[in-house]
Amino acid sequence: MESSQFFGISSVAYILAMVAYISYLVFKNSTVGIVASTITYVAFVSQTMAFLLRWREFHDLSQMGWIRSIPLTNLYESLVFFVWCLILAYLIIELKYKNRSFGAFITPIAGMALAFIDISGMAKDIQPLVPALQSNWLLVHVIMSFIAYANFSIAFATGIMYLALTSENRTSGIYIFWTVILGIFLAILLAMGIDFLTFKVAVKTPDAFIKSHLFKATFRSDSGFMVMLSYIGAAAFMFILWRFGYIFKKIIASFNVSPDLLDDLTYKNIAIGFPIFTLGGLVFGAIWADQAWGRYWSWDPKETWSLILWFVYAFYLHARLLRGWRGPKIAAVAVIGFFCMIFTYLGVNLLLSGLHAYGSG
Amino acid sequence: MSNKNDGQPVIDKVWNLFSSITFAIVVFSLISLTSIVGTVIEQRVEPEKNIKLLTKFVGESFAPTAYRVLDSLGFMNMYQSWWFIALLLIFAANIVICSLDRLPKIWNMIKEPIKPVPQDVLNAMPIKREILLKTGIDKAKEAVEAELKKIGYKASVSQEPDGIQLYAEKGRYSRLGVYATHLSILLILIGAVVGIFFGFNGFLNLLEGTSSDVAYIGREKEIPLGFQIKCDDFDVQFYGKTDRPKEFSSWLTIIDNGREVVKKQIEVNAPLKYKGITFYQSSYGFWANENALFKFSLVSSDGKREDVMLKFGESFTMPGTNITGKISDFSPALKMDASGKPYTYAEMMHNPAVYITFSENGEFKYRTWILSRYPQSWRIPDGVVEFKDFWGSQYTGLQVRRDPGVWIVYLGSIIMTVGLYASFFMSHARIWVMLKDDKKNTKVSVSASINKNRVSLEEKIEKVIRSLSH
Ligand code: HEM
Repeated sequence: MESSQFFGISSVAYILAMVAYISYLVFKNSTVGIVASTITYVAFVSQTMAFLLRWREFHDLSQMGWIRSIPLTNLYESLVFFVWCLILAYLIIELKYKNRSFGAFITPIAGMALAFIDISGMAKDIQPLVPALQSNWLLVHVIMSFIAYANFSIAFATGIMYLALTSENRTSGIYIFWTVILGIFLAILLAMGIDFLTFKVAVKTPDAFIKSHLFKATFRSDSGFMVMLSYIGAAAFMFILWRFGYIFKKIIASFNVSPDLLDDLTYKNIAIGFPIFTLGGLVFGAIWADQAWGRYWSWDPKETWSLILWFVYAFYLHARLLRGWRGPKIAAVAVIGFFCMIFTYLGVNLLLSGLHAYGSG
Repeated sequence: MSNKNDGQPVIDKVWNLFSSITFAIVVFSLISLTSIVGTVIEQRVEPEKNIKLLTKFVGESFAPTAYRVLDSLGFMNMYQSWWFIALLLIFAANIVICSLDRLPKIWNMIKEPIKPVPQDVLNAMPIKREILLKTGIDKAKEAVEAELKKIGYKASVSQEPDGIQLYAEKGRYSRLGVYATHLSILLILIGAVVGIFFGFNGFLNLLEGTSSDVAYIGREKEIPLGFQIKCDDFDVQFYGKTDRPKEFSSWLTIIDNGREVVKKQIEVNAPLKYKGITFYQSSYGFWANENALFKFSLVSSDGKREDVMLKFGESFTMPGTNITGKISDFSPALKMDASGKPYTYAEMMHNPAVYITFSENGEFKYRTWILSRYPQSWRIPDGVVEFKDFWGSQYTGLQVRRDPGVWIVYLGSIIMTVGLYASFFMSHARIWVMLKDDKKNTKVSVSASINKNRVSLEEKIEKVIRSLSH
């Protein structure tokens, strides 16, 4: 079999796992839970196979050493690797804490990443490396960054769960915060799904996709009516989440996940992710840039956003350790950190370059 | 707060401000927020680009005004603006003062090894366990020592009035991790400043066969290197038949005081360093000129071989024959259009080709394109013309840098790594075990404290207790 077939299996399985974990959360049927875990294991093994095969395919094609041909060279491959790290970290937590309820929060992140690959139609073929990317430093840089991203994503999931679990009533700031954040997250997912159903086209590059298709069926539609409808729809969606969010809270509460455990998991993931990100993301990134371009830091948007991300998590650690921030306040920082992370990873490549490229050429 | 600070000298007030974590959080936020603006506004580009960008946010009529306001605030080159640099300096001062403020206390703690402590202190420890062993106190002491050793603690012993106390600690120096981390940030900033003030960042385009003793910053400014650098050759390799470069490299020679001192092949990711100046392979280009030489290896039908070097318009003779070839056309990047007509598709040496007219005894025989990247085109009816190189027509684009601060930055990075490891993955744990005679039995009380990751220590002590009770 080829890597793409294994990858296809794993994509479908992750989506199924997402559905199964959410059903498990809602119905609390332990058989469903076991099914959800089993699907996730199958998906994970299959994705691992896909990764190894692609590695070999890349190696055969590029005629470079094994280390240099790890398939981590473009946005597509990196997103796939991100999902892999995330699921690995999740499975470790599932085994260690013997609690499956987190799955309903982690698998949607994986699902969203995979869906994004498909609807953005980003190039999936193996592309040979331009010389600047042929560096072992770059490799450790990418791998470690993604491990840290996976940690930060889990901190986001446990942070949102914490907020949902501890918010008291619908008028409290925390309650509004988490319902709105979750609402935005799901609305974006939904809007991308509608784009996909409407256009069903594959474009060559992510830039082109952003320009011509992203949210074109909804928020950026040519018809003013559609745009209005989309915003009203999104608002209504958020209202519903806000109105019925307490159900969500009850469900989480029914799994005996204590707020303390969630808080601890959030902290632990950030405490692991932060040093890994510092070394892998910032230091190795700088060393690579130094070797390849003769400059270890040049304030380009990607570097700057990595630094912002670093500051956000340093903020988290210091506020928690020294100001004694606990509870919702600190969980909210973890949630905001995740949005900075997504922006560092995708927004810089897609939105900023799109913004800068508009109308200039 | 305010009462306490009233009447303090200004210097104390400033000290207090800079050692406060609240202030640090404000500085974190300010640096982050302004940096975001800097990623949206393109830095150091022509004004038109950013006016266009601003049009998208504030509309056509306000964009020029918005541009002027932002420009006067330095946002068009903000990472070099005085206020951004000032923010970074405040950040550095913040870290230094805040660390100095707390260091003495921590230092005392680190200087002092663990000591036996009286009962009331033991009672106040965060972790406490007790067990009664049915052995005499000496046996018990040995057992406890052995168990502590198993979890990695080497215990000291002290004879107290009411019994025997064993005590041990681990990771005392990990408390310094935080300070190493903070210091490293300072080092990195210092390294960056040293680089800015005592280094330079320029470029140099060198045609094959030429040399230079200066590099350039911008269009005008020349930086003397103090030696000569010569490009002997340059070469690009492509992926298969595509124009995607796989690797490109230059063969460089350093000539210092008239002597060739270094010869090295550099590539992207593999620079050459000499006397503190580093040359990075960064780009390349094509520059047609009449001194460039075509290099051919000629092989006649009966296997005779000869290497020749020719200029444009010159002729060669196939070895051992009367057949001559004249270079009558050249293209750096040849392609055929749909009707088979050749044309040049790029001003780069993507697919160098020569058009050669062959004659025998001065009489026209045939003419053909010979392509450097396609050996099958080398074959002619009267032998083989191997097109080796068109030497002297490509230039190598070198990034030239001197940065005497870079090692400080790297040192800072190493310290930061060690510091972060110590602060997140190590902890300072202390264990005291009190052994008391209790009618031929021994009462063992374990007390312990740790500065973080308490659960792990609790688990270890649980293990000790379990083993002792067997
Ligand atoms: C982005 C820059 C900074 C980084 C990466 C950083 C890193 C760290 C780390 C990793 C810790 C240990 C946290 C833990 O154990 O959970 C720490 C603690 C601390 N940081 Fe920072 N820090 C930074 C900036 C600052 C600044 C500007 C201040 C000044 C107010 C500061 C004050 C402190 C203090 C007082 C501690 C606790 C020390 C102790 O436990 O005795 N940090 N820092």
